[in-house]
Amino acid sequence: MLYFSKLRILFITLFSVLFILIASSNLFKFDDNFFDKKINLGLDLQGGSYLLLEIDNEPVIEQKLQNLTTTIRNYFKEKNIKINNIKIENQNIFFNVIENDKQSILNVFQDENSDLNPYYPRFKSHQLEIEDTGLNFKVNFSRQGLIKLKTSSQDQAIEIVRRRVDEVGTNEPNILKRGNNRILVELPGLDDPMRIKSLLGKTANLTFRFVTNDENDRFGIEKLKFENGLEEAVVSKRIIISGENLLDAQPKMDTQTNQTIVSFTLDRVGAKRFGKATSTGIGKQLAIVLDGKIISAPVVRDTIASGSGQISGGFTFQSATDLALLLRSGALPAPLEIIEERTVGPDLGQDSINAGMIALTIGFMLVIIFMFVKYKIFGLITNVTLIVNLFILLGVLTLFEATLTLPGIAGIILTVGMAVDANVLIFERIKEELKDETNNILAFDGGYTKSRTAILDANITTLLAAIILFFMGSGPVKGFAVTLGVGIFTTLFSVYFIARLFTSIYVTKNKNKEKLI
Amino acid sequence: MIAFNKYYNHFNLLSSVLIVVSLLFLIFKGLNFGIDFKGGTLIELRASDSKINVSSLRDRFNQMDLGDVSVKKFGNDTDFLVKFENKDNKKNIIEEIKTNLDKSFGNNYDFRRVENVGPKVSAELLKSGIIAISLSLALMLIYIWIRFEWQFSLGAILALFHDVIVTLGIFSLFSLEINLSIIAAVLTIVGYSMNDTVVIFDRVRENLRKYSDIKIFELTNISINETLSRTIITSATTLLALLAIYFFGGEILKGFSLAMILGVVFGTYSSIYIANTVLVRLRVSQKTVLREDEKK
Repeated sequence: MLYFSKLRILFITLFSVLFILIASSNLFKFDDNFFDKKINLGLDLQGGSYLLLEIDNEPVIEQKLQNLTTTIRNYFKEKNIKINNIKIENQNIFFNVIENDKQSILNVFQDENSDLNPYYPRFKSHQLEIEDTGLNFKVNFSRQGLIKLKTSSQDQAIEIVRRRVDEVGTNEPNILKRGNNRILVELPGLDDPMRIKSLLGKTANLTFRFVTNDENDRFGIEKLKFENGLEEAVVSKRIIISGENLLDAQPKMDTQTNQTIVSFTLDRVGAKRFGKATSTGIGKQLAIVLDGKIISAPVVRDTIASGSGQISGGFTFQSATDLALLLRSGALPAPLEIIEERTVGPDLGQDSINAGMIALTIGFMLVIIFMFVKYKIFGLITNVTLIVNLFILLGVLTLFEATLTLPGIAGIILTVGMAVDANVLIFERIKEELKDETNNILAFDGGYTKSRTAILDANITTLLAAIILFFMGSGPVKGFAVTLGVGIFTTLFSVYFIARLFTSIYVTKNKNKEKLI
Repeated sequence: MIAFNKYYNHFNLLSSVLIVVSLLFLIFKGLNFGIDFKGGTLIELRASDSKINVSSLRDRFNQMDLGDVSVKKFGNDTDFLVKFENKDNKKNIIEEIKTNLDKSFGNNYDFRRVENVGPKVSAELLKSGIIAISLSLALMLIYIWIRFEWQFSLGAILALFHDVIVTLGIFSLFSLEINLSIIAAVLTIVGYSMNDTVVIFDRVRENLRKYSDIKIFELTNISINETLSRTIITSATTLLALLAIYFFGGEILKGFSLAMILGVVFGTYSSIYIANTVLVRLRVSQKTVLREDEKK
């Protein structure tokens, strides 16, 4: 137990020095090629915003079902099957048919090669489920169908969210999927998330539609409010162009009217349709509708064939910039709701770092003084080990570029407090051994061997708690679990290698000394 | 040698009373859940104008129709913590509040921290917190059951429940806030309490093998005394570290470090006065250990 080969001593020294170097790379700026890893500071320490967004898929499902009713009707019409009384209720499509057609309907829906009802061989499930009670059918999304729908709207939404966040230009945003209907947005260093929040809160569904008085409009009509909430207008449901047709949008100053406007460019399809609509609709009002509200409804005066135009609507420069940004980045497939927000200002973050460091320093000093007073030379050994342990812990965190949070700093301080435990267990055991053992070396050997199970037990229990915290905890608490868990390993390493090395050197030199400890 | 065993009965009685009282508090008074688990909005505000104080802030916030608003000093005289339910989960609530405060206080304040937890998320956080604590208790139970005889396991688990229940009871008594970091503290307490118990149990078992003629009542006392220095030193250094966090680590870590301090104190106490007394009451003897040894 006391013997250390030269090779082993070399290994321990190198290992410790290496980690001390890695840890110190957080303090000094090394040449980038050499080593450029750093401990990441959590949002609670560097300041920033954490936003959890939930996608509201209800409108998407409604829309899909709406489209499906048309598809089903047309699909069977071609096969000369008449679908009667088709309607949507509580996210189910209901319809009925005559007796002779019943089987062919079921066949279409249950066919694995059906193009009406896609089959997912991997999940052994169709997109749609069909149930029949007599001649009445009920069609709705299967579990897999719903999951597919949700993940696809999540995929689209995360793309749009990324574009919008990037456009605002914050540094190193972190945008991740959570489950199948949530998106996590972390914005480090962002003091005021209001602008991003309002940008993410908008679906940005843009349509150009004619204002109409015709009650019998073929596409249906709806009454919409203006942005200011005061006026209303009746608008056709026929969409001339939508946000998808936009190539670009920019805020501009209209030199004639001195108003801020948003100018836009259309793609080829959009330009063609816009040209046609403006040529046939001269004199009519064209409503520009964003998320169900009319921004403005200018009168068409000329045919616009150039494929570019402008939106005016009493914008400030900021609101025009935001609208242009939203139009450039595209519409969200479904509305997003911010269900959790945590924002920490940078000065509070800095205060937390300072407080954490002061607490760490004071805690460390208290423990070191206590150990030295209590154990003298062995206290010194423990203290040196404790310092190296701290550096190795920081080194490991740096190596894995772990995220340090305020509770994480607490975890480091706690590790300092608990790390002496293993050494104390060993030294106390050695003391006991020395009561009936006159040979110092044998006593030390015994101390190490007999304390081993207790040390192992003690550390495994703490480790178990840390592991659960890591998997169940979120954000800052996870940071605590990381430092606590890593701390256990570095503690065991420093106790069994570094402290034992020092102890063995000391004991071998004082083989015959009485009252060693 | 200190005769810990002289007070086994007294302290068992005390602990039983503590547990019952804690449970009564937990059932009838309940815990003061923070916004992490209850949902709502929290604003940490720093003022640079002495006009801004608890009562002027409370006045302002009460006029905003936010439901129940709590305004408290946070740490020093210029920092305040404002909490409200945000029942309707209004979207632009923070902007509204800012515009409103601007009217009375101008630019003499600053939002240092804003947290808004929706009802769905808070319910999920509560659920995962409860799962985490139950899971850690279960894992400890399994671990101790593998490592020791059942009498020991029972002792350790009782000690564990005692520590967690009494700590939470104290949080209930003083209406201290339960948030995510308290869950972390409770889990660490579970680990620490187990750790402390296991070290003494290790020694009890070793002594059981060594001495066949000493009764468990005496034997536990010997074991406690033999490991006493270690118990004191480790608790002391851990407490020193925790006190440093409590006094210097800032307001945010206060609740966490307080829970841990209570946990360490009760964890140390329960290892001696609960875990060991269970062994005594179950009349553990050398046979208990040897029987197990034979099996292995």
